[in-house]
Amino acid sequence: MTESPILDARINYRRSGFRLQVEFTLRSQWAVLFGPSGAGKTTVLRILTGLTQPDSGSIQLGNHQLLDTNCSLDLPPSRRGIGFVLQQSALFPHLTARENIAFGMHSWMRVAREARIEELLCLFEIASLAERKPQQLSGGERQRIAVAQALAPRPKLLLLDEPFNALDAPSRAAIIEKLRAAAVPVLYVSHDLADAWQINAHAILIESGTIRAEGETRTILAPQRQQLLTQLGAPQHS
Amino acid sequence: MDLEALSVTFRLAAITTAILLVIAIPLAYWIVSTRSRLRAIVEAITTLPILLPPTVLGFYLLVLLGQRTAFGRIWIHLTGHTLAFTFTGLVIGSAIYSLPFAVQPIVAGFSSIDIALVEQARLLGASRWRILRSVLVPLSARSIAAAALLCFTHTIGEFGVVLMVGGDIPGATRTLSIAIYDQVQDFAYADANRTALVLVAISVTALILLYARRGAYPAATAGARHD
Repeated sequence: MTESPILDARINYRRSGFRLQVEFTLRSQWAVLFGPSGAGKTTVLRILTGLTQPDSGSIQLGNHQLLDTNCSLDLPPSRRGIGFVLQQSALFPHLTARENIAFGMHSWMRVAREARIEELLCLFEIASLAERKPQQLSGGERQRIAVAQALAPRPKLLLLDEPFNALDAPSRAAIIEKLRAAAVPVLYVSHDLADAWQINAHAILIESGTIRAEGETRTILAPQRQQLLTQLGAPQHS
Repeated sequence: MDLEALSVTFRLAAITTAILLVIAIPLAYWIVSTRSRLRAIVEAITTLPILLPPTVLGFYLLVLLGQRTAFGRIWIHLTGHTLAFTFTGLVIGSAIYSLPFAVQPIVAGFSSIDIALVEQARLLGASRWRILRSVLVPLSARSIAAAALLCFTHTIGEFGVVLMVGGDIPGATRTLSIAIYDQVQDFAYADANRTALVLVAISVTALILLYARRGAYPAATAGARHD
């Protein structure tokens, strides 16, 4: 039996010579949007969040229609229930880590909010950093807090825009492990083959604003991997 | 030293600054966030008092506040007296005259905040009001303080608009600038010098306060990319 879709998106977008025309459905908890720089990955994420308006299209998240240009439906970012973590964390510099995590739970009851904060501080092992401000944290610490901040209001989908590029492999693996434990659907954007290869997920290959292939990561990205191995002079494998 | 003029000047500057901050913060937020074509017109109007000669502005305010306009007539009908040559009229004139000194630093402060922070706040469910209160205002504290200092000192030093709108009524509309003018007219140069030194001291103190405040926060790092 086919799993019901987590996300169903159809997007048409054109700006200053760049054309994005994609249509995809996410059914697994983790998906990787892979492509070279300039392929349109970030634009796809921004349109999903509502920060950028497409020329036409529709986006359905679970049972909720977020966008349908045919009937002029366009929910604002604040009502889409989507978390977004950027390559460089957008933490509020005047707030502590705890206050940053709490930002998206403004309307929650105090007890529930405090419990959620403690849960995330514990999950990402950042309790000792709770009272520090972003400028007092390392890059890896900031990214963990950014992920906790995005997860805090329990989004229905988490978008990760190459958020761990600046981290070493163990730090990256640790955050991904914590994220898997959080059990939220994730769309992970990357242009780094090694990064995408290690994530066991549904892969979407995007190039020049168009989806070229979809499927299992290691199947879809096999040609890119082979090309990279050839460039590195590694022995050929079938 | 004309202590009455000193009192009127400080009251005028404090009230004008408070009113301008209440007006300028939401106005600056609208200017930096709107896509409306009205933005250029609103920005031009808020900047106009910098370019207009104070006497020209004062003249039109005098007309606006008097019996020749509907606003002036309504005010007289409600209060029984004209706004011209009153302290309230002086506050209105000062607020209009100093408006650019409040709006422009705050617009610059809001514009310098990384758009990624505002977008993140929107994604985390923040309303426009909460973004203003919890993100833009605290991150622009230095610009808002600069706007307040500029408004205060600019109002203290006003002459043309004050004279046109308020006249020279001791204890009501006579400010330190007008007092200096009166003292010079009376050849009381020593008195004028003492009063002028008070204004110089206020301005120098304000500027030292302004430049002593170092950047509170580093620029946020994230930015919207067009990948």
